[in-house]
Amino acid sequence: MEDLKTFLIDKVLLFESDTLPPESEKKLQQIRREKPANPVIYVSSGTSSVIAGSEKTLSAIETYISENSPLVEVINVGCNGPANFEPLVCIHIPGKNKLFFRNITEEKVEPLLNGVFHNDINEDDLAGQTGTKGFELWPGIPFMDQLPFFTHQKRVVLGNCGCYDPESIEEYIARGGYRAYIKAIRHYTYEEVCDVIERSGLRGRSGGGYLTGLKWKHALNTSSNARYLICNAKESDPGAFTDRTILESDPHRLIEGIAIASYAIGASNAIVFMRSGSEHAQNRLQKAIDRAREYGLFGHNIYSSGYNLDIIIRKEPGAFVCGEETALINTLEGKRGMPQLKPPYPTTSGLFGKPTVINNVETLINVPLIMQNGPEWFRSMGTEKSPGTKVFAVAGKGRMSGVVEIEMGTSIRTILEDIADGIREGKEFKAIQLGGSSGSFLTKDDLDIPIDYETLREKGIGMGAGGFVIIDENTCMVDLVRYYMEFIRNESCGKCIPCREGTGRMLEILESVIRKPLNEDSGTTLERFKGVMQLETIASVMKDTSLCGLGQTAPNPFLSALKNFRDEFEEHIFDRKCRANICRGLRSFSIDVDKCTGCTACASKCPVNAIYGTRLQPFFIVEEKCIGCGICFDICKFSAINVK
Amino acid sequence: MGTELDIILKKFKQGKREDLIPLLQEIQEELGYLSEEAIVKVGSFLGLSTTKIYGLATFYDKFHFIPSGKIQIRICNGTSCFLNGSLTIINKIKEEIGVSAGQTTRDGNFSYEIVSCMGGCHNGPLVNVNGQYHTHVKAEQLPELIKKLKYIIEND
Repeated sequence: MEDLKTFLIDKVLLFESDTLPPESEKKLQQIRREKPANPVIYVSSGTSSVIAGSEKTLSAIETYISENSPLVEVINVGCNGPANFEPLVCIHIPGKNKLFFRNITEEKVEPLLNGVFHNDINEDDLAGQTGTKGFELWPGIPFMDQLPFFTHQKRVVLGNCGCYDPESIEEYIARGGYRAYIKAIRHYTYEEVCDVIERSGLRGRSGGGYLTGLKWKHALNTSSNARYLICNAKESDPGAFTDRTILESDPHRLIEGIAIASYAIGASNAIVFMRSGSEHAQNRLQKAIDRAREYGLFGHNIYSSGYNLDIIIRKEPGAFVCGEETALINTLEGKRGMPQLKPPYPTTSGLFGKPTVINNVETLINVPLIMQNGPEWFRSMGTEKSPGTKVFAVAGKGRMSGVVEIEMGTSIRTILEDIADGIREGKEFKAIQLGGSSGSFLTKDDLDIPIDYETLREKGIGMGAGGFVIIDENTCMVDLVRYYMEFIRNESCGKCIPCREGTGRMLEILESVIRKPLNEDSGTTLERFKGVMQLETIASVMKDTSLCGLGQTAPNPFLSALKNFRDEFEEHIFDRKCRANICRGLRSFSIDVDKCTGCTACASKCPVNAIYGTRLQPFFIVEEKCIGCGICFDICKFSAINVK
Repeated sequence: MGTELDIILKKFKQGKREDLIPLLQEIQEELGYLSEEAIVKVGSFLGLSTTKIYGLATFYDKFHFIPSGKIQIRICNGTSCFLNGSLTIINKIKEEIGVSAGQTTRDGNFSYEIVSCMGGCHNGPLVNVNGQYHTHVKAEQLPELIKKLKYIIEND
């Protein structure tokens, strides 16, 4: 073990030339397990895999291996991408291509391994094969990268995800890791690193799209005795899990990115601000940081470069608004996480009043790649103004879901129709929600919009942090808007009035729309519609006057839903109808005379005594009294209650 | 109890304001909640008034001031789970357990919280019981699950 460490440090990390001598390459090839002597089994172990049961799969595989063929190596890897294939198991038999098997739950392990080792593969479990030259092909099995899910992607940032053991620093170094960092601290000045990143045109991936290199220069040019780098891994939008996947699958590259960024601004302290509830990712990152420290990559006078750096992890105490830069700084200082007026920007006066750069996980993980391959390489991807790639967490009602990476400029249709493979169960497409609680809804007409900062801004759509939720016809847009508004109302910090009161009022009005009116006076409907009209005014005031991004973008889901699905709002108000049958308050209930046995269960539970009848005779519901709570429907054992 | 607190306090030798949140987090991890005693002690340690600490701790969702239940249930309410019907799951659990999110039942057995996204979107709605994930949960399965959990507690 010690030998390996010295080899990796002396012969690889500190090796001056970019191309290593053949004998070193050969050893690295071994560490990368490119040509293994014995079979290797890779089991995915990201959160989405664990949820699908990969831990049980892993222990079943280990038991099988110890009983049958102890020479086989079992490796935990990160997430490969397709979440609906989890638990994903990859088997590499020496001399042959790697085989991927999907949905390998605990009970499937034994038949699968029996089959593979005796050349009798069950085709139902197969996902595909991957291979390099010199390996024997599996006849008749599709290649993984020819699956529509992968062909339309460009996996650069996610390139390492699912390929190596995220807890092994050796493997990361063998894949070329940490060399860009060592080169930067030994041969580059602060400004040169900033220059490279600026020339690459890398823009902040958290939604704002500010030039990263420029941001770094602002901090670097502010004179101060200390500077800080903060990696914002707070991602807690409902439906976003890109950063977490990166943290779990490739923590070392993120650490390298943080280290290079810290060097570029001359910071000797870096902080990773983690979201709570992702202990798995946090443990992985902590382990990775500890391993990197063992390799002397942090600490005092790193590899005699004269540069000092320390990285710590701070866990978020639970407030959505902490993701905002100034609120995040307040939290780290031990105060309430409330945003502050900008300027001064954190780059001039941030944590403890010192210049601070806050970058998102996805931004930082691009940095080592740019340092390795040069800014021109980065510019060759994407569009002119938005170079590079973007990672999205595709979820919702698509056939495929998971973390995907596309080149900037790819159309939304490509993600929806090719990568996600359309809508599940043959349902009709309704909308796409881009960018979480502060994002907008896109409809059929918007599908050909290319994804890049300029076009999206022109259309008034926020890029967001990477949420891409596919919505089908079974979803009620009014209810979904209410859901987002409730989330924001709960998370508003309460500092500025437009956001605190505005979100509360908007939620109240939206709730009144999906509730059944108490009486049928002619004025009620009008009043309710007036409420919706007022929503537009409230929304514009919130947009103009809120202090931070949370309040300014809070009305986005509502505004875009009203623009694209106005008929649904009107239907709720005038016809009291929810076409997706989601809004419980608007449903009308009746009892099927033939099925009702007169058991009195529903009548005794009805909160407004709207159900009448004689015992052992069919009951009936008085519609004027019914409030549409649905308790009778839930309680009936004979499915005698009809819903309309 | 006092000694556990002292051990944690010792880790933060300098006792600065910015240590407050990590300190409270660590205490909560150790004790399961923030007791009054702990907050008073942290206050005198950092030289901060107790009101200030309460003011900070109540701002954040993840601090609890009552012990959580023996069985902790986390329900995912991310967009994807919401589309798949997490609201009915939340209502059903509320009905079965009889307390609201963030509270603990009187017998100290159950507590539940709603979280924004667990990251298993394809398998929603998701419910996590003491670290164990339940996927594709349906409201009608819940009474059975709660019954089973109650049985486990009683026989423990």
